[in-house]
Amino acid sequence: MKKRWYDYLWILSLTYLILGFFNILFAWLGLLCFFIPLLISAVKGTKGYCNRYCGRGQLFGLLGGRAGLSRKRDIPKWMKSKGFRYGFLIFFFVMFFQMLWNTYLVFAGVSDLKQTVTLLWTFKLPWQWAYHGTLFHLGTAQFAFGFYSVMLTSTILGLITMVLFKPRSWCVYCPMGTMTQMICKVRNGRK
Amino acid sequence: MEKKIRKKRRAFVDADMCVACGCCVKVCPMKAIEIWKGIAAKVLEEKCVGCGKCAKECPASVIEIQEVER
Repeated sequence: MKKRWYDYLWILSLTYLILGFFNILFAWLGLLCFFIPLLISAVKGTKGYCNRYCGRGQLFGLLGGRAGLSRKRDIPKWMKSKGFRYGFLIFFFVMFFQMLWNTYLVFAGVSDLKQTVTLLWTFKLPWQWAYHGTLFHLGTAQFAFGFYSVMLTSTILGLITMVLFKPRSWCVYCPMGTMTQMICKVRNGRK
Repeated sequence: MEKKIRKKRRAFVDADMCVACGCCVKVCPMKAIEIWKGIAAKVLEEKCVGCGKCAKECPASVIEIQEVER
Protein backbone atom coordinates (compact mmCIF):
# COMPACT_ATOMS: atom_id res chain seq x y z
CA MET A 1 0.00 0.00 0.00
CA LYS A 2 1.24 3.46 -0.89
CA LYS A 3 2.62 5.42 2.05
CA ARG A 4 1.27 8.89 2.66
CA TRP A 5 2.91 11.73 4.52
CA TYR A 6 0.80 11.05 7.59
CA ASP A 7 2.09 7.49 7.82
CA TYR A 8 5.33 8.93 9.16
CA LEU A 9 3.89 10.90 12.09
CA TRP A 10 5.25 8.22 14.45
CA ILE A 11 8.63 9.94 13.95
CA LEU A 12 7.20 13.10 15.53
CA SER A 13 5.81 11.15 18.48
CA LEU A 14 9.14 9.49 19.08
CA THR A 15 11.00 12.81 18.74
CA TYR A 16 8.62 14.35 21.26
CA LEU A 17 9.42 11.69 23.86
CA ILE A 18 13.15 12.09 23.28
CA LEU A 19 13.08 15.90 23.46
CA GLY A 20 11.57 15.66 26.93
CA PHE A 21 14.84 14.15 28.10
CA PHE A 22 16.75 17.23 26.95
CA ASN A 23 14.49 20.17 27.58
CA ILE A 24 11.28 19.68 29.48
CA LEU A 25 9.68 22.78 27.93
CA PHE A 26 9.15 20.82 24.70
CA ALA A 27 6.42 19.02 26.64
CA TRP A 28 4.11 21.90 25.72
CA LEU A 29 4.04 20.62 22.13
CA GLY A 30 2.11 17.61 23.42
CA LEU A 31 -0.96 19.80 23.69
CA LEU A 32 -1.28 19.29 19.93
CA CYS A 33 -2.17 15.63 20.65
CA PHE A 34 -5.02 16.93 22.79
CA PHE A 35 -6.45 19.73 20.70
CA ILE A 36 -6.15 18.32 17.17
CA PRO A 37 -8.23 15.18 17.86
CA LEU A 38 -10.84 17.19 19.75
CA LEU A 39 -11.05 19.76 16.97
CA ILE A 40 -11.37 17.13 14.24
CA SER A 41 -14.14 15.32 16.11
CA ALA A 42 -15.99 18.53 17.01
CA VAL A 43 -15.70 20.18 13.59
CA LYS A 44 -15.72 17.24 11.18
CA GLY A 45 -17.45 14.68 13.37
CA THR A 46 -14.93 11.94 12.64
CA LYS A 47 -12.16 10.12 14.43
CA GLY A 48 -9.77 11.26 11.70
CA TYR A 49 -7.01 11.75 14.24
CA CYS A 50 -7.09 8.14 15.47
CA ASN A 51 -7.71 6.79 11.99
CA ARG A 52 -4.90 8.65 10.25
CA TYR A 53 -2.72 11.01 12.16
CA CYS A 54 -2.06 9.49 15.58
CA GLY A 55 1.70 9.04 15.72
CA ARG A 56 1.56 7.19 18.99
CA GLY A 57 -0.77 4.57 17.54
CA GLN A 58 1.55 4.19 14.56
CA LEU A 59 4.52 3.78 16.89
CA PHE A 60 2.77 0.97 18.81
CA GLY A 61 1.72 -0.54 15.49
CA LEU A 62 5.30 -0.62 14.24
CA LEU A 63 6.90 -1.83 17.48
CA GLY A 64 4.26 -4.47 18.09
CA GLY A 65 3.79 -5.38 14.45
CA ARG A 66 6.90 -5.16 12.33
CA ALA A 67 9.34 -5.29 15.25
CA GLY A 68 7.41 -8.21 16.73
CA LEU A 69 7.28 -6.92 20.29
CA SER A 70 3.71 -8.04 20.86
CA ARG A 71 2.19 -11.38 21.86
CA LYS A 72 -0.85 -10.47 19.69
CA ARG A 73 -3.33 -11.96 22.11
CA ASP A 74 -6.88 -10.80 22.67
CA ILE A 75 -7.30 -7.99 25.16
CA PRO A 76 -9.23 -9.10 28.29
CA LYS A 77 -12.98 -8.51 28.13
CA TRP A 78 -13.06 -6.10 31.06
CA MET A 79 -10.44 -3.91 29.47
CA LYS A 80 -12.57 -3.20 26.42
CA SER A 81 -15.78 -2.79 28.40
CA LYS A 82 -17.46 0.61 28.41
CA GLY A 83 -17.14 0.74 32.19
CA PHE A 84 -13.38 0.49 32.08
CA ARG A 85 -12.98 2.82 29.08
CA TYR A 86 -15.12 5.59 30.54
CA GLY A 87 -13.77 4.95 34.03
CA PHE A 88 -10.23 5.34 32.76
CA LEU A 89 -11.23 8.54 30.97
CA ILE A 90 -12.62 9.97 34.23
CA PHE A 91 -9.55 8.86 36.18
CA PHE A 92 -7.34 10.47 33.54
CA PHE A 93 -9.33 13.70 33.79
CA VAL A 94 -9.09 13.80 37.56
CA MET A 95 -5.32 13.29 37.39
CA PHE A 96 -5.08 15.92 34.68
CA PHE A 97 -6.91 18.51 36.76
CA GLN A 98 -4.76 17.68 39.75
CA MET A 99 -1.76 18.42 37.54
CA LEU A 100 -3.33 21.71 36.47
CA TRP A 101 -3.96 22.55 40.13
CA ASN A 102 -0.29 21.94 40.97
CA THR A 103 0.63 24.22 38.08
CA TYR A 104 -1.73 26.86 39.39
CA LEU A 105 -0.13 26.70 42.84
CA VAL A 106 3.25 27.49 41.28
CA PHE A 107 1.74 30.33 39.26
CA ALA A 108 0.17 31.70 42.43
CA GLY A 109 3.50 31.53 44.21
CA VAL A 110 2.20 29.11 46.83
CA SER A 111 4.39 26.15 45.81
CA ASP A 112 7.91 25.88 44.50
CA LEU A 113 8.74 24.39 41.13
CA LYS A 114 9.18 20.63 41.42
CA GLN A 115 11.64 19.35 38.84
CA THR A 116 10.29 15.82 38.77
CA VAL A 117 8.46 13.61 36.29
CA THR A 118 5.80 11.46 37.96
CA LEU A 119 5.37 8.03 36.40
CA LEU A 120 2.10 6.13 36.74
CA TRP A 121 0.85 8.88 39.07
CA THR A 122 3.08 7.49 41.82
CA PHE A 123 6.79 7.35 41.13
CA LYS A 124 8.59 10.68 41.22
CA LEU A 125 11.71 10.66 39.08
CA PRO A 126 14.30 13.43 39.40
CA TRP A 127 14.35 15.25 36.06
CA GLN A 128 16.31 18.43 36.80
CA TRP A 129 18.79 17.65 34.02
CA ALA A 130 16.15 18.54 31.47
CA TYR A 131 15.45 21.93 32.97
CA HIS A 132 17.51 24.92 31.91
CA GLY A 133 15.32 27.75 33.09
CA THR A 134 12.37 29.40 31.39
CA LEU A 135 11.85 32.83 29.84
CA PHE A 136 8.35 32.86 31.26
CA HIS A 137 6.82 32.26 34.66
CA LEU A 138 8.02 29.23 36.64
CA GLY A 139 4.49 27.91 36.31
CA THR A 140 5.05 27.26 32.61
CA ALA A 141 7.88 24.91 33.56
CA GLN A 142 5.71 23.22 36.20
CA PHE A 143 3.07 22.57 33.54
CA ALA A 144 5.75 21.10 31.26
CA PHE A 145 6.88 18.65 33.97
CA GLY A 146 3.27 17.71 34.70
CA PHE A 147 2.26 17.32 31.09
CA TYR A 148 5.33 15.28 30.20
CA SER A 149 4.47 13.01 33.13
CA VAL A 150 1.05 12.41 31.59
CA MET A 151 2.54 11.68 28.17
CA LEU A 152 5.28 9.37 29.44
CA THR A 153 2.93 7.52 31.76
CA SER A 154 0.43 6.85 28.98
CA THR A 155 3.23 5.74 26.67
CA ILE A 156 4.44 3.24 29.26
CA LEU A 157 0.92 1.88 29.81
CA GLY A 158 0.55 1.64 26.03
CA LEU A 159 3.84 -0.24 25.71
CA ILE A 160 2.87 -2.71 28.43
CA THR A 161 -0.48 -3.53 26.81
CA MET A 162 1.24 -3.60 23.41
CA VAL A 163 3.53 -6.38 24.62
CA LEU A 164 0.79 -8.31 26.44
CA PHE A 165 -2.02 -7.99 23.91
CA LYS A 166 -2.30 -6.62 20.38
CA PRO A 167 0.05 -3.86 19.19
CA ARG A 168 -2.46 -1.05 19.34
CA SER A 169 -4.25 -2.17 22.52
CA TRP A 170 -3.72 1.34 23.87
CA CYS A 171 -6.26 2.56 21.29
CA VAL A 172 -8.95 0.56 23.06
CA TYR A 173 -8.72 2.52 26.31
CA CYS A 174 -6.97 5.70 25.13
CA PRO A 175 -8.78 8.58 26.85
CA MET A 176 -8.52 10.77 23.75
CA GLY A 177 -10.00 7.98 21.63
CA THR A 178 -12.85 7.45 24.07
CA MET A 179 -13.50 11.18 24.25
CA THR A 180 -13.48 11.75 20.49
CA GLN A 181 -15.77 8.76 19.94
CA MET A 182 -18.10 10.22 22.56
CA ILE A 183 -18.10 13.59 20.79
CA CYS A 184 -18.84 11.88 17.46
CA LYS A 185 -21.71 9.91 19.03
CA VAL A 186 -23.27 13.04 20.46
CA ARG A 187 -22.67 15.10 17.35
CA ASN A 188 -23.76 12.53 14.77
CA GLY A 189 -26.58 11.04 16.75
CA ARG A 190 -26.32 7.71 18.49
CA LYS A 191 -27.62 5.02 16.21
CA MET B 1 -17.83 -34.60 -10.88
CA GLU B 2 -19.76 -33.03 -8.10
CA LYS B 3 -19.84 -29.29 -8.15
CA LYS B 4 -18.24 -27.83 -5.07
CA ILE B 5 -20.08 -24.91 -3.62
CA ARG B 6 -17.89 -22.76 -1.45
CA LYS B 7 -19.55 -20.57 1.03
CA LYS B 8 -18.77 -16.90 0.99
CA ARG B 9 -17.14 -15.43 4.06
CA ARG B 10 -17.15 -11.91 5.29
CA ALA B 11 -16.27 -9.77 8.28
CA PHE B 12 -18.78 -8.76 10.92
CA VAL B 13 -18.16 -5.95 13.39
CA ASP B 14 -19.60 -5.82 16.89
CA ALA B 15 -20.38 -2.13 16.43
CA ASP B 16 -21.39 -1.60 20.04
CA MET B 17 -17.93 -2.65 21.27
CA CYS B 18 -15.94 -1.03 18.43
CA VAL B 19 -13.70 1.88 19.47
CA ALA B 20 -13.45 3.27 15.91
CA CYS B 21 -9.66 3.42 15.99
CA GLY B 22 -9.34 2.57 12.30
CA CYS B 23 -6.67 -0.16 12.54
CA CYS B 24 -8.86 -2.39 10.37
CA VAL B 25 -9.15 0.23 7.64
CA LYS B 26 -5.37 0.38 7.32
CA VAL B 27 -4.91 -3.35 6.71
CA CYS B 28 -7.89 -4.07 4.44
CA PRO B 29 -6.60 -4.98 0.97
CA MET B 30 -10.05 -4.44 -0.59
CA LYS B 31 -10.90 -1.06 0.98
CA ALA B 32 -13.96 -2.87 2.25
CA ILE B 33 -14.13 -1.42 5.75
CA GLU B 34 -14.55 2.16 6.88
CA ILE B 35 -15.11 4.12 10.07
CA TRP B 36 -18.68 5.34 10.03
CA LYS B 37 -19.04 8.84 11.49
CA GLY B 38 -16.32 8.27 14.06
CA ILE B 39 -18.56 5.81 15.89
CA ALA B 40 -17.77 2.32 14.62
CA ALA B 41 -16.26 0.33 11.77
CA LYS B 42 -18.62 -0.68 8.98
CA VAL B 43 -18.03 -3.48 6.47
CA LEU B 44 -18.93 -2.82 2.84
CA GLU B 45 -20.58 -6.16 2.07
CA GLU B 46 -20.11 -6.14 -1.67
CA LYS B 47 -16.35 -5.54 -1.37
CA CYS B 48 -15.44 -7.76 1.59
CA VAL B 49 -13.89 -11.11 0.69
CA GLY B 50 -13.58 -12.35 4.27
CA CYS B 51 -9.79 -12.58 4.33
CA GLY B 52 -9.67 -11.87 8.06
CA LYS B 53 -6.86 -9.34 8.13
CA CYS B 54 -9.04 -6.81 9.95
CA ALA B 55 -10.09 -9.36 12.54
CA LYS B 56 -6.47 -10.19 13.24
CA GLU B 57 -5.49 -6.54 13.53
CA CYS B 58 -8.41 -5.28 15.62
CA PRO B 59 -6.98 -4.36 19.05
CA ALA B 60 -10.34 -4.91 20.70
CA SER B 61 -10.95 -8.18 18.80
CA VAL B 62 -14.50 -7.20 17.90
CA ILE B 63 -14.39 -8.35 14.26
CA GLU B 64 -15.39 -11.89 13.35
CA ILE B 65 -15.31 -13.75 10.06
CA GLN B 66 -18.49 -15.66 9.38
CA GLU B 67 -19.87 -17.68 6.52
CA VAL B 68 -22.78 -16.15 4.69
CA GLU B 69 -25.32 -17.51 2.24
CA ARG B 70 -24.62 -16.54 -1.31
